Amino acid sequence: MQKDPLFEPMVYGKDLIDLTASPKFSYRKEVWRRLKQNTMGMIGLCILTFLILMALIGPSLSAHTYFETHLPLKNQAPSLNFWFGTDELGRDIFTRIWWGARISLLVGISASLIDLVVGVFYGSICGYAGGKIDEFMMRIADILSTIPYLLVVILLMVIVGPGLVSIILALSLTGWIGMARIVRGQVLQIKELDYVTAATALGAPPFWILTKHLIPNTMGSIIVTLTLSIPTAIFAEAFLSFLGLGVQAPIASWGTMASDGLPALRYYPWRLFFPAAFISITMLSFNLLGDALRDALDPRLKI
Amino acid sequence: MTKFLLKKCSSLFFSLFLVATLTFFLMHAIPGDPFTQDKAIPEEIMQALKHHYGLDQPLFVQYLHYLKGIVTFDLGPSFKYEGRTVADIITQGFPISLTLGLESLAIAVFLGVTLGTLASFNHLKWQDQMVMFFAVLGVSLPSFIIATFLQYLFSMKLEIFPVARWGTFSQSVLPALSLAMLPAAFIARLTRSNMVEVLQQDYIQTARAKGLNTFQIAIKHVLRNALLPVVSFLGPLTAAILTGSFVIEKIFGIPGLGGWFVQSVVNRDYTVIMGTTLFYSACLMFCVLLVDILYCFIDPRIKKEM
Repeated sequence: MQKDPLFEPMVYGKDLIDLTASPKFSYRKEVWRRLKQNTMGMIGLCILTFLILMALIGPSLSAHTYFETHLPLKNQAPSLNFWFGTDELGRDIFTRIWWGARISLLVGISASLIDLVVGVFYGSICGYAGGKIDEFMMRIADILSTIPYLLVVILLMVIVGPGLVSIILALSLTGWIGMARIVRGQVLQIKELDYVTAATALGAPPFWILTKHLIPNTMGSIIVTLTLSIPTAIFAEAFLSFLGLGVQAPIASWGTMASDGLPALRYYPWRLFFPAAFISITMLSFNLLGDALRDALDPRLKI
Repeated sequence: MTKFLLKKCSSLFFSLFLVATLTFFLMHAIPGDPFTQDKAIPEEIMQALKHHYGLDQPLFVQYLHYLKGIVTFDLGPSFKYEGRTVADIITQGFPISLTLGLESLAIAVFLGVTLGTLASFNHLKWQDQMVMFFAVLGVSLPSFIIATFLQYLFSMKLEIFPVARWGTFSQSVLPALSLAMLPAAFIARLTRSNMVEVLQQDYIQTARAKGLNTFQIAIKHVLRNALLPVVSFLGPLTAAILTGSFVIEKIFGIPGLGGWFVQSVVNRDYTVIMGTTLFYSACLMFCVLLVDILYCFIDPRIKKEM
């Protein structure tokens, strides 16, 4: 019999059973396997791990603290003593960069986590309740989202006063809407599926259905939205600090450092270069990872 | 259609009313008032100042007065700049910001659509990957970093464009370009994914079979269908350019409305903050409404549903 390369006869045995049985990998392992294939995503993940690690240990690597000033040594170019140079008060930029990393990551992650909690709560209630409640609640979200979020954040910063906590609160005030919309959309779809009907028929209370069936099944979108909302929060913090509305001196934030470095751009470009580079690298890594996660969690979306 | 328009307009006014109310009460919830300074002002002068600006009246009366002012575009005087009204500031600053905004809008749409088209016609090839990388980069680089980088490179090192100020076309190139990057990246992504989808449709195959060349197919058949979602992006796009202008105008020393807004926030000039916030929200909502209407004309399928 001639061998057809496309249609080879299968030998009934172990291999065939493997093919027909349910997938060998669990969902989580499968996602991880697909994620590993995405070079860009893995680069993002590696950089982020490095950044988080350096945010933890970076400040203690250098002999200087983030607030100590060396006035005779101001505006020094990067050297062996000051690895990234010094600023206009002779403060070590290397140490300040890693303090800034702490601030940025703290703002980004905590604001996104608040978004997550509020957004999932609000969105799942909207989606599950449906009808009038859904319409009313989404209406509120729509109106809130018509105002540009930076405008709201700036307004709040005027009222609450600058500071780390108020930045995080101000960011969360509008940030949850995106998450709520996505969760609502997913819940609306999933709640019509048979297994939810089955659970309802078995007498499961709504809270049970929400927490055991609906929310776990929207986890993919939630994780992607979370990863992609972290860079937005980091950007907003840097933006506000750049405008002089962010954290106050002597705390180092990438935004304030960039803002301080701007007037000195012509003569001491490294003062702007380092904070600018780190903001960009961090945001880029989160975005790369977020995109990779989206592709990994839902391969159908990839075109 | 009329019913649809009425519904949209009424919801626009309702949203605006909410924004106005919200900003008014938020601003008045702040402890202290615009005249609180390091140096104590004598009590009589303080009373006279408050009386002059109507701040000694009950809050509700002030609120009604404020609402009446909005309708007649009388947004009150600036507390920090004597002899200037908020309306003055808006009419002076807005045309500049609008010019800058329109210029960057044009750049963003042109760049985004071109790159997106290029990527989709070379789907999964190196051009595609380049464009996608540009798109991630554009989303990841904050506008103020792009702006300072362009300023450093083109004004200080190469000395092609002026460093700052406003007035001539060459002065507007760098600010417009740095404002356009983020929206351009978004549009490129959106165009690409839509076009990839459209390119798989049967009628594109038919067009190819008819012997049309790639360019004709791109313009006549693909772009028209793929650009629909891009039009709906116009709302967020306006928001991006609007908020982006705060920092771009600061960097390039442009006397537009964005710079004024930031300055008023730093100065705690409450009437200017309220006025500009309201004005910005109105602009944005108007753009969203415009998109809704535009959409009906471009896509006949939507019209039927109404």
